[in-house]
Formats: sequence, C-alpha cells, structure tokens
Amino acid sequence: MNGPIRKVTVFVALMMAALLLNLTQISVVQTEALNAEQRNRRIMDAEFAQPRGAILVGNQPIAQSVPRSGRFPFVRTYPDGELWSTVTGWYSYDYARSGLEASYTEEMAGTSSEQSVERVIDLLSGRRTQGANISTTLNARAQAAAVRALGNQRGAAVAMNYETGEILALVSTPTYDPNRLATVDLDAERAAWAELIDAEDEPLKNRATREVYPPGSTFKLITAAAALEDGLVPSSELDAPASLRLPNSSRSMGNSTNCGGETVTLEQALKTSCNTAFGSLAISLGPDKLQAMAEAFGFNSEPTIDIGAAESRFPTELDLAQTALSAIGQYDVAASPLQMLQVAAAIANDGVLMRPHLVNTVTSEDLTVLSAQGPERLGSPISASSAELLQQMMVATVEDGTGRPARVDGLVVGGKTGTAQTAPDRPPYAWFVGYAEDPKVAIVAFVEDADVARDDISGGRVAAPIFTAILEALR
Amino acid sequence: MSAAVQPAVSDEVIVYKKRRTVELVLLLFAQTFGLAGWIITSLNLYGTLPEGLVPAAALWYGLGIATHLVVRFRLPYADPVILPAVFLLNGLGLAMISRIDQIPEPPANDAATQLLWTALGLSLFAAVVFVLRDHRRLQRYPYLMFIAGLVLLLLPLVPVIGVTSGGAQIWIRVFGLSFQPAEVAKILLAIAFAAYLYEKREVLALAGRRVLGIDLPRPRDLGPIAVMWLTALVVMVYQNDLGTSLLFFGLFTVMIYVATERPAWPILAGISFVGAALAAWRFTNHVPRRVNAWLDPFSDYDRNLQIISAQFGYAWGGLFGRGWGLGRPGLTPLAKSDMIAAALGEEIGVLGLMGVILVYALLIARGFKTALTSPDGFGKLLATGLSFAFALQVFAIIGGVTRLLPLTGLTTPFMSQGGSSLVANWIIIAILMIISHRGRMPQAATAAPREAGAVDDATQVIAR
Repeated sequence: MNGPIRKVTVFVALMMAALLLNLTQISVVQTEALNAEQRNRRIMDAEFAQPRGAILVGNQPIAQSVPRSGRFPFVRTYPDGELWSTVTGWYSYDYARSGLEASYTEEMAGTSSEQSVERVIDLLSGRRTQGANISTTLNARAQAAAVRALGNQRGAAVAMNYETGEILALVSTPTYDPNRLATVDLDAERAAWAELIDAEDEPLKNRATREVYPPGSTFKLITAAAALEDGLVPSSELDAPASLRLPNSSRSMGNSTNCGGETVTLEQALKTSCNTAFGSLAISLGPDKLQAMAEAFGFNSEPTIDIGAAESRFPTELDLAQTALSAIGQYDVAASPLQMLQVAAAIANDGVLMRPHLVNTVTSEDLTVLSAQGPERLGSPISASSAELLQQMMVATVEDGTGRPARVDGLVVGGKTGTAQTAPDRPPYAWFVGYAEDPKVAIVAFVEDADVARDDISGGRVAAPIFTAILEALR
Repeated sequence: MSAAVQPAVSDEVIVYKKRRTVELVLLLFAQTFGLAGWIITSLNLYGTLPEGLVPAAALWYGLGIATHLVVRFRLPYADPVILPAVFLLNGLGLAMISRIDQIPEPPANDAATQLLWTALGLSLFAAVVFVLRDHRRLQRYPYLMFIAGLVLLLLPLVPVIGVTSGGAQIWIRVFGLSFQPAEVAKILLAIAFAAYLYEKREVLALAGRRVLGIDLPRPRDLGPIAVMWLTALVVMVYQNDLGTSLLFFGLFTVMIYVATERPAWPILAGISFVGAALAAWRFTNHVPRRVNAWLDPFSDYDRNLQIISAQFGYAWGGLFGRGWGLGRPGLTPLAKSDMIAAALGEEIGVLGLMGVILVYALLIARGFKTALTSPDGFGKLLATGLSFAFALQVFAIIGGVTRLLPLTGLTTPFMSQGGSSLVANWIIIAILMIISHRGRMPQAATAAPREAGAVDDATQVIAR
C-alpha cells in the first residue's frame, strides 16, 4: 500500500502548493486593484480618519480637512463650494470622489509613491501621516466671473493661459455644494446624493471636460487650419452656393447666414461662418487631411489635462458627404469645451499646443515640493505662419463678422462662434471660442440649451458675453 | 491473502527514538504563539496586558503539559511533532476568536467557550488514548460504523432538528445545542472504510474490462462506490454543501485507491464527481450562485459581500498584516468561523497565513508518515484517510476563502469557532497518535504481518 500512499502524499503536497501560490498571486497581483476598489470600506475608513491635504488657489484653500470629534476625526470642507465645485469635485464616503479630489487623491491622502519616505518616517516617529497640499493655477476672479456669466444656464467655460497651459478658470454650471456630499452625517450625504443625481439639470456632470458635444461652426477653425496647411491663403476663392449638393447623397447643405456671394474668400467664409464654402472646401481637401488636423489638435486621443476628461471624437473612414458635414462640426464630430479651447489656444500660441494643467505644485506638510508641473509643449499642429493667418481671420471675425458680440474695447480679440443643432426638437448648443493678445488667454464658452434661433449669430449672442466677462475679469 | 501469511520473524529490531522531551519543548514553544497573539491584541487595543493573564497562561500551558504527560506515559513512541503542530493551530484560533470578540460593544466572550471546548477535546483525546490503546480494535464493526456514519451525515436533513445556516443545511439542533454531525461522521466513516476496504481489497482489485489502458473494476464491485457517490450527491443537492460532499467522496476515493492500488478507482470517481458537479451546476439554483461568487464576486456586490470583504482584508493586511487587533476582520461576516483564515490573513498577513498553511502541511505530512511506517494495513488505511481528510478540509476552506475554489461551509480544523469540529478533530489526533505509537514501537514486539505478494507468486488470486 505504500506506493499509492506516496502518490497521495504528492497530490496533497500539490494542493498545499496551490494554496500558497494562490496567496502569492493575491498579494502580488490583486492587492493594488482591491485597495483601489471604491466600495472598500477599510480604505475609505482609513482615509476618513486622516487629515487630507488642501487644494489651494493662491494661498486660499478651496478644499481642506477640518478636525472634529466622533467616528471620523476629520471632515472635508469647501469654503466656497459652489464657486469651485467643477474644479474640486466631491469627496464622499459612499460615492467616491471626482475632480481634483479624484485625480490627486493619492497625493492628498499621503499614499503616493513620492511620499513613501515620509510615510516610513511618520510610522517610526508615531506621527499621523499628513497628506500633501496641491496648489492650483486658477484665478479666483476669472472663476467668479465665469460662474456669474453662465448663471442658471446649463453650460461650461474654461480659460487658459495659452503660453503656459495654466488653466485660469474651469466651470460647469449649474454648480453644486460639495460640502453636502463630504459631510460625515451619512444619512444627509445619501439624501444629498439622491437629490443631486436625480436633479433635472444634472449638476454633478462636468460639462467642461467630461462631456462631449457637437462643436458646430467652431470646428471650421480646424477645417481652415487644414486648408492653410494645404497651401491655401485667406484670400483663396471658395465655392459658396446657396445650397451645396453632397456627393453620392440625396441630401444637400444650406447656409444659415449670408455668405456674401456665390464665391467667397476663405477669410470671408470664416467671418460669415459660411457652411457651403467650408463644405466644398472639405470635399476638395478630402477626409484624411481633415482627420489628421483634428487629431493633431487632440481629437481621438486621451486628454492630457490633470483632471478627469473625456476623449473628443472625429469619425474615421468618412465618405465625401460625411466629410463635408464633419467640416462644419456636424455628423459624428463631438468635442468637449476643453478640446475646443485647445484649438483656439494652439492658434493663439503661434501653432504650439501647451499641455493644459490645473495644478502646478504638490507640496508636502514641511513645504518640500514633491512634484511640479511647468509649461510643457504637447506638439505643434500647425506652422507659425498658418497660425498667424488664422489669428488674422479670427480677429477679423470679431471685428466685423459673426463674432462681433465678443468685441472688448482696447483689446485685440480673435474668436469663432458656433451653433450646433442635433435634433429638430431640441434647442441648439451655443459656442464661442477665442483668445486675446494681452492678457494672453484663450477662452471657451459653451451653453447647452441656448433658447435662440438656429443661426451662428444667435449662438454668438448667447456665448460671447460669457467670453467677454471672463476676459474682463482677467484684464 | 494476508491473513494466511505468517508473521516474519526478523532478527533486526528497529527502535525509534521516543523524543518525548523534544515534543515538550516544541509544545511549549508552539503554545506561545497563541498566547502571544492574545497578549499583543490587548496591548494594541487597550495598551494594557489582558485581564487574568497569569491564570489564563497557567491554564493554557497546564493543558499542554497535561496532554504531554498523557502521551509520555501511554504513547511514548508517538510522533513528537503532531501534538505541537495541533496546539499551535488551536492556540492561534483561540487568539483570533478572542480578538474578534473585542469588536462588538460590549465585547463577546466566545473565546472562553472555545477554550472550554478545547479542554473537552483534550479530555476526549486522553479518554481515547486510555480506552482504545490499540487502533486495531476499531476494525471490528465496519458495517455498524458505516450505517452510524451515514445516519449522522444525513441527520441535518431530518425536518425538526435540521438547521439551515449560511445557505447550507449541515447543522442539527437538539435541546438548544447545535452540532455539526458531519464532523463525527467523518471519524466513523473513515474507520468503516478502512476496515471494509482492508478486508475486501483483493476482491475490489480484481480487474474487469480494460478501457483506454485502464483496468476497470468488475461491475458487481461498483456497489460501495455507487453508494458513496449517491450519498455525496444527496449532501451536495439537499444539504447544499459542496465541501462536505467533496470531503466524504474524496476520503472514500483515496482510501479505495490505497487499498486496491488500482488507479482506475480515482479516475472513475473523479469523472463521476465532475459529472455530478456539472449536473448540480446545470439543474440547481444555489450552485451557479456559488460559482458566480467564486469567479466574479464583484458582479453582485451585496450578495457576495462576504467573499469580497475577505479579499479586501487580504489586500488591507498585505504581506505582513496590520498586526493583532489592528485590522478590520469584523467587516467580514462569520469572521470567527468560516472566515477565520481571512481574519488571520488580514492581521498576521499573507506571510502569516502561509505559515499557518505550512503548519497544516507539516501535520498532514506527519499523518502520512504515520501511514507509511504503520506495520498493519488497517492502520495504514486509517491514517491515510484521516490525514487526507484534514488535507481536503484545509484545501477546501482556505482555498474557498482565498477564491481558489468556490466557498464551502467546511470548518478550518482546530481554528474556527465551533465545538463539534474541535472535539472531533482532537479525537482524530488521538487515533493518529495511537497508530503512530504502534508503528514506531520496536518492531519485533508487534510482529508485523508481511505483505502478500512477497510470498508466493503462484498462489496469487489477482487476475486480469
């Protein structure tokens, strides 16, 4: 009987080895994902028992941990919550976190890899680990102006220094009070969540970076950029029929504005936001050049900003009819307000796209800088000369084109309006993207439900005042 | 036939060292782990030594020394590592139960009850050692033991006394005391199988048809395995307990394989078990649910909270654990019983749990060594069966808690809260140590029967 007993012993040894290997697998492979799981109460409780670093605008905290007594020794507090909710996001026990609270959670909780040495020292000296503070690039006046200008409308506005990529204002409206979700009174927190998540105007959405919309005529900037890179100049003549028949399609494209003739120059087409001129331009350029230009500005790739953001889409494998529609920002083109801001910023910065960022330094409790983000070049989608020509055309659009509502006395301002319709029974989206030469800032303003007629001038009338309000605040 | 073989008289007498003092030193060392766990828990939670430290320590070491003395005088040749390994596991289990006692407000007192059960288990250990003396006396009533074992195994299905807990119907409750009869059934059936198979092994080894290079048993010999297969199926379907079913079927399979030396048996058994398991998966509701909880627990967070929380515990504990008293084992339902391996993993770390598994492996290895050195076939079979039952149980429950297997309702031997399991396992240790004592005694004194086969090839009955 000893032979079979030995074989059974080997079998049992394999069983025990399987247990040990599986445990190794858990600790090597799974630990990180399990600790990152949002419903892991061990992690949440530990985080809530620790002081979390603050989010600073200048020297003012816009999010900080305040000591208290009770089950949770700290509570996250937002001194001016409604103003900064898009930036800070929320930090809640049951509903995880969003915004900067999500993207810098490790640094603020003190668990990032940069802080590992500090953690060991804290452990040895018996001190409670204190998370790092993060300093933002935001400008309180611009943020306040953007919130005020957007008012009760559903919309978004983003302002950025186009030379450095520093975000100066980031707003999605309606705003909400993140204090209600950060409270340690968990019943109140759940009630607040239920109310906010069911609210009709969806305040928890981040419309500035995490949602994508049809960009409408603002996309014509990209079409014009592709044309200039292809050798055209602002004075090149384009066909601008009242109705453009789309190739191999029963549909045709019309105009919502007066283009000023059957043939117009490229500059005139941008100024009047002439659909058929850009449609025929796109048919002659072809889909590949248009797609390459859109992707150079950041479409179809993961956003690089340091806050949660959605990828903007430019459809691939287009036929000519679809290309013509895409060239005026319709069909399946979808962009976040941040993406359209990047387009204006790259044009204003002589063709160089800078990485947009909200946080410039992460500082530990003893003021050591753990990480810093300075200006970083992402790429150059167009040449400096094309950028200069586009700047001239954008300035002309504001001087005496559809962008007139964006004029500001004493400043050189360039911009482009947009009005996008999706469904016939739905109010159109109103857009304005533009820049100023001094201060060096690019701004996008977007309103989801513009209660106006479906033409570009109307879109400009809704969105451009938000643009000028932010610009005035930054002067 | 072995009965016809005369004992060989050998001139050489193998005398094993008794190593009782080694056992005592190891035992005191092993007991320290549980006591230290208890003390560290109190230091970490309250900053003071536990109340009643001196009497508790005296009682704990007293139990160990008393058990050692029983072994020293009645089983001097028994394996010296078995007892320390078991005390190590039992002590860690007590410490962890006492640690989890501290979570509710006011603290529970289950550890004291468990200590009482430990004392009862040790008394039964001593009783078995004194009364039984020679394991071969157990050989006498195989059928009676088999029937008693089956009745106990199926007792939880009897309406009034059967209790459903955690989805599995493996408990009975009589006069307010709950009891897991499968634990006792495990001992009775192991003895019954060993006696029956030792007697019938030649018949069962007779070869029937040859299929794919494997000698199948004769159809008429399939009766016993069919009975066990049906029993396992009933346990799996009606008691909703894959673990118990796997345990008994596995036990029987390994014992029949060792008795007959025919690989056809485990192959047949494996195929029929997999078939039954697939059918259960296909035709019942609870089995797919368990499989889902095993493969993809996060798909239903609320229902699979227990296994998910156990995984979170391992991740939270990491390699070295949070330390005694510093983890959150209370977040996992049933942390004291089914999930004690998760609580240990969280507080003494993945490494600590690996250590525990290695101690189990050591204990099981000593059990198999006992089987190898035992001179009589019944002892070999019984030691193999009991050791393999431990192995399967450890594999199923720790594998279940770590999501290597679907979670089953088996107990973690010597560790999880519960009297019936603890007492039954101590009785098993008593039997194992008796076999070991008999096996390591100076050989001439036991007059070992020689294996058949070595005698006279011409009279072999084994036929193809």
